[in-house]
Amino acid sequence: MRGPAFLEKLEAVLPGAVTGRNLEALDPWIEVAPDRLVDVCRWLKESSDPRFDALECVTAVDWFEPDQKKAAKVTWQPRLELVYHLWSTAARASLVLKVSLPRWKDDTPGELPEVPSVAGVWRTADWHEREVYDMSGVTFTGHPDLRRILCPEDWVGYPLRKDYEMPLDYHGIRGR
Amino acid sequence: MAQAIDDDPRIIEFDVRTDEMLVNMGPQHPSTHGVLRLVLRTDGEIVSEVEPHIGYLHRCAEKIGENLTPRQWIPYTDRMDYLAAMNMNLGWALAVEKLMKHEVSEKARHLRVLIAELGRIASHLVGMGAYGLDLGTFSPFLYAFREREKILDLFEEACGARLTYSYITVGGLTADLPPGWLGKCEAFLAQFEPVIQEYHALLTTNAIFVKRTAGIGVLSPAMAIDYGCSGPVLRGSGVDQDMRRDGESVYTAMYDGYAFEVAVQKDGRYPRDHTYPAVPADAVLGDCWHRFFVRMLEVVQSMDLVRQAIDRYSACKGPLGEPLKLTEKLPAGDAYLETECPKGQMGFYLVSDGTSIPWRVRARSSSFSNLSVTAELCRGCLIADVPAIVGSLDIVMGEIDR
Repeated sequence: MRGPAFLEKLEAVLPGAVTGRNLEALDPWIEVAPDRLVDVCRWLKESSDPRFDALECVTAVDWFEPDQKKAAKVTWQPRLELVYHLWSTAARASLVLKVSLPRWKDDTPGELPEVPSVAGVWRTADWHEREVYDMSGVTFTGHPDLRRILCPEDWVGYPLRKDYEMPLDYHGIRGR
Repeated sequence: MAQAIDDDPRIIEFDVRTDEMLVNMGPQHPSTHGVLRLVLRTDGEIVSEVEPHIGYLHRCAEKIGENLTPRQWIPYTDRMDYLAAMNMNLGWALAVEKLMKHEVSEKARHLRVLIAELGRIASHLVGMGAYGLDLGTFSPFLYAFREREKILDLFEEACGARLTYSYITVGGLTADLPPGWLGKCEAFLAQFEPVIQEYHALLTTNAIFVKRTAGIGVLSPAMAIDYGCSGPVLRGSGVDQDMRRDGESVYTAMYDGYAFEVAVQKDGRYPRDHTYPAVPADAVLGDCWHRFFVRMLEVVQSMDLVRQAIDRYSACKGPLGEPLKLTEKLPAGDAYLETECPKGQMGFYLVSDGTSIPWRVRARSSSFSNLSVTAELCRGCLIADVPAIVGSLDIVMGEIDR
């Protein structure tokens, strides 16, 4: 079951969970509502046909233009987009899930946006979500051990955000 | 009476907890393959918990990629898995070509197979030699490096570099092979083939090696998939998956017409197993020995693929084709592609907003996911088995930390 038929089935089982789609893209993707993410993932892993038993990659894309002049011309809304690449070992098929989040929770700078963790569905998500938290600043609620993974624990800021500024000093080490 | 014992100054009671101890292994421990720090919670000789700490080699590769054009980022992919830099170049080049819907010439395709499979042999040789070191035997390392050196000589002649090649690039390769190169490559293969039996004698069938690896760190297929393991770690558990055969057509098209069998145990047998030593009785599918053995089989398989590639490459008439311009504009959109690197499935994801510099670059590292399973594998093993388990995963920190 591929493409539109698969999507119809998903919408029948979990109505309202899919908020957007692009089946013509290079890697066809569907957009899922953040609060329905775990339900969708659980269904994809356990009941769908084919079953997506492997999570390959979790990453975040920061859609934000820090330059005021260029920002006036961009066509997209500022947001933080999570991208989940799933893989089915049996059917050798892939699926891309996207979740759109506000860049800051309640538009308060410094308050990280929240999304439910899928570490309980695929164990791969454990480290991958830690990396997204570390690099892009997303809080995964329900994650068993959410702390920085690549940067030191006392690092300030989220380096893969477009408005990130390199700290001038880190324990006496000069930055920039 | 009890009062008398309490007051007796000759009887001393130690109130020391002797049951558990935290042991720091690394980040400079030689058997951690780079700068990996493992915190072991030990109960005597038994390890009850392992926590890997990574990030010591973090060099902001993804952030740098957001400020360079795809071809300019090629040297940074070299420095991820620096033991298989050719395969890293290839993974990134193919991901960009997927987004641009660009196809390389037939000649470049066969040359890529040739180079990538030689890179796989070189990487597995390091994996094998270093694994011997982890388990306390020094000689296999020297044997492995003797042969790897010859591959590096071939690479040096082709592109000028011995470690960070940047040879395979977006839209093709930076240069064609120099005259006489194929002859040298064939001479190397002829010399290398009988040497593999030496490796099997040194390690695969070595009684001490088998004792140290067979039945240690057993990874079940379900757990391997759940943790996103890939490459020889996944195939060592008996999961029949190889991106060269099962991946996206952008990648599998490169291997169109090539004959190879995925190195995985099926019905208790490895493909073409008559030429290899028998699986030891103590070995369990998914243990350290099997992960090691799959790599050894892949060396033979890659040799076969190199031979096929030499034939096809020399049959190709016409030019190799030029790589894309350094500042070629990317179409808006995103593309994700996984390729089968020696250490596992390396995924590259790039998002473009229509300019020549990608908006977002992401490298999904195979070693990253392979390493995340250590905590699970090391629970309940002996301290001495920790290097055996970590070594069998064949990780490279440059790729994990990026």
